[in-house]
Amino acid sequence: MFVILCLLCVGIGMGYLFRHIHSLKRLENTISYTIFIMLFVFGVTIGANKTLVDNIGDFGLQAALLAVCGVLGSLLASYLAFKVLSGKGGNDEK
Amino acid sequence: MMKSNLIVIACFFIGILCGMLGGDELAGYCAKLPTWLLYALIIQVGLNLGSNGEMGTMLRNVRISNLLLPLFTIAGTLLFSAMASILLKTWNVYDCMAVGSGFAYYSLSSLLIVQFKEASAGIEIATQLGTIALLANIIREMMALFGAPVYASLFGKFAPVSVAGINSMDVCLPVISRYSGKNIIPIAIIHGIVLEICVPLLISLFCR
Repeated sequence: MFVILCLLCVGIGMGYLFRHIHSLKRLENTISYTIFIMLFVFGVTIGANKTLVDNIGDFGLQAALLAVCGVLGSLLASYLAFKVLSGKGGNDEK
Repeated sequence: MMKSNLIVIACFFIGILCGMLGGDELAGYCAKLPTWLLYALIIQVGLNLGSNGEMGTMLRNVRISNLLLPLFTIAGTLLFSAMASILLKTWNVYDCMAVGSGFAYYSLSSLLIVQFKEASAGIEIATQLGTIALLANIIREMMALFGAPVYASLFGKFAPVSVAGINSMDVCLPVISRYSGKNIIPIAIIHGIVLEICVPLLISLFCR
């Protein structure tokens, strides 16, 4: 966990320092390739797991519930933010 | 971006098929998500964040009011995800908040959850929660893409940004600027960047 956070910070710092190097612009692609590989591996793990495959509908329902809750929470929070922040006169004035 | 999303989903389903057909030998190789691959991904995400012109946009537009929206998004999402744990008997508050912490970044969040959860709960539970995180965050992205006009008219111009989560800076930016107005674009980009940094932080916190 600590490693992950350090790597993220080091990555951001190095990326900012070397932002003029052209090959860094191609990172979006390599990120996609890494994600393709990892999700394929993740898919294999899920496919080989009998309990998971048999209950995929159940897991889908739980996922849908969590997604709806997250969206509802964001909607209410952003409505609150809208009231609070525009009450102060928008985002450029003052 | 949309195209690469489709490839991602295709890779995932081909993986599932291979797992179902290929049986134990292939699964043996894939039993543990390669940690170094995750590290490589994280460092790339960091490099990309740092080198991206968007980081400059963010630094030039840092105002307290612009940084508040991501905090509202995080608070709202986590609060309601925590409440979902009342209905979901299998998962506790922290599990539900970990899934919510994906903020529609389904690829990274599900992989991180598998990785972190495995240490504390074993591969079986970790894979289950990772699957739920993947599906939940894909559903959230879809809801953000297709619901933007409704959210904007009912809950104000910040709502499509907030629901889009991390995707407010890329996949959902076109819909957001269409329904919330062009001047929301800097806010949407900052929102995405702040959340992208928070995803690994929050997930590692909730998966302990």
